[in-house]
Amino acid sequence: MSKKMHISLTVNGKQEEFLAEPRELLIYTLRERLNITGPHIGCETSHCGACTVTIDGKSVKACTMFVAQADGADVTTIEGLGNPDSLHPLQEAFKEHHGLQCGYCTPGMITRAAKLLEENPNPTEDEIRFGMAGNLCRCTGYQNIVKSIRAAATEMNAAKEAAE
Amino acid sequence: MIPAAFEYYRPKDLSGVISILEEHGDDARVIAGGHSLIPMMKLRMADVPHLIDLQDIPGMSEITVTADAITIGAMTTQHDIIDHDGLATAAPILREAALQIADPQVRYMGTVGGNVANGDPGNDMPGLMQCLNATFTLVGPDGERTVPAREFYEAAYMTAREDEEILTAVTIPTPKGGYAYEKQKRKIGDYATAAAAVQIIKDGDTCTAASIAMTNLSDTPIWSEDAAAALVGTSLDSVALKAAVDAMLVDIDPSEDNRGPVAFKRHVAGVILTRAIERAWSRA
Ligand SMILES: Cc1cc2nc3c(=O)[nH]c(=O)nc-3n(C[C@H](O)[C@H](O)[C@H](O)COP(=O)(O)OP(=O)(O)OC[C@H]3O[C@@H](n4cnc5c(N)ncnc54)[C@H](O)[C@@H]3O)c2cc1C
Ligand code: FES
Ligand code: FES
Repeated sequence: MSKKMHISLTVNGKQEEFLAEPRELLIYTLRERLNITGPHIGCETSHCGACTVTIDGKSVKACTMFVAQADGADVTTIEGLGNPDSLHPLQEAFKEHHGLQCGYCTPGMITRAAKLLEENPNPTEDEIRFGMAGNLCRCTGYQNIVKSIRAAATEMNAAKEAAE
Repeated sequence: MIPAAFEYYRPKDLSGVISILEEHGDDARVIAGGHSLIPMMKLRMADVPHLIDLQDIPGMSEITVTADAITIGAMTTQHDIIDHDGLATAAPILREAALQIADPQVRYMGTVGGNVANGDPGNDMPGLMQCLNATFTLVGPDGERTVPAREFYEAAYMTAREDEEILTAVTIPTPKGGYAYEKQKRKIGDYATAAAAVQIIKDGDTCTAASIAMTNLSDTPIWSEDAAAALVGTSLDSVALKAAVDAMLVDIDPSEDNRGPVAFKRHVAGVILTRAIERAWSRA
């Protein structure tokens, strides 16, 4: 065992401080240390995207980052996007358009999609498929995921226009 | 999937990195994006008792573009390359290749330095850098030196970089002419079954210069001088194309793995190179 280091992280706006071994993978920090269980572990080998979170403005697979690397970072998970009383437009759209079946991939999908829409607020179907290529789903066949993201984009753009 | 324990360092400057590398030799390694190294550590195929994170070293993610040369800092990510307007104009092959690497999440993390220093024959940038005649800047205890990409790769995971050296930047003569990066993969996020990087210069109807490099078809990238020479002086008719493919097939040495048997890989290499040459020519 190596010695523990002091880690300080902001997760969904909340400051967290703790001691951890540097080799701890961020997904375990979130799920087991901080009880933030939205991000899932699918493959644990950097392929499926179920563990996707946003770190300092990047979509990252939390199974492929040591907690030591994230020291000082700002992390957003699905829990930071919306809550049962006030769903994020993407959560609303996935619900409305059957963008999920078992739901296992969904937190990663939505967290990634939120970043995609931030960078490209009005993506084409092709751009959505390309931008979501790091997230696998074993249930939906992707059709309704693409539809949900398109619908959320329209909704968010309309809301933005109305606000202006 | 828990890697072996390690000491973690995050120095604030290059000399800090070098002194840790000097102290621990083989037992120390740098980590950039971690998207090649962490999977290897999780599988315990890499044992790194001392891990040195480069994220706080200033000035390593800069991109400068001039009429003659492009310099890309080692910590520039694949996402940064795709996003950079100046690069998209000056060397569009970089963007075309980066878009075919891995998936969006990996591209936010994977760096140019990590991709070229790693030495994995599956990485796409080493062949690309050989095609573009890049040079790599290495900084170590004895100062700085440069090594041409075409002389950097010795065998799988064996490069001209010494253990206590850091790769700080990649410099490319600003490319001219038509370009293409063509890659065959089994699925999104997969390494190449075969990939080809091609730059071609055209004068009237004649090819006046060409550069061709192949990826994942030997234990190093293959810059095929003979394949390029087969195109020069021709108007890229089917005879010239076939001669280039034949020359490339002499230079590669693929081995059988889960991407297919040798005969299949050689077939795919021919198809991919033909497509790459045709696309580069159409843009020249
Ligand atoms: C799912 C998945 C799919 C992928 N698909 C592809 C693909 O299709 N094509 C492709 O090319 N790559 C692919 N990759 C690899 C990815 O692009 C890596 O991120 C990249 O190869 C390495 O960059 P890195 O910054 O992550 O390096 P790291 O993993 O941090 O480092 C890799 C190696 O290089 C060394 N190193 C890193 N930086 C330096 C430096 N500045 N100086 C000296 N040594 C250094 C490290 O010590 C280590 O040995 C994939 C990765 C994953 C997880
Ligand atoms: S659990 Fe991280 S990518 Fe699958
Ligand atoms: S909804 Fe089941 S994996 Fe996507």
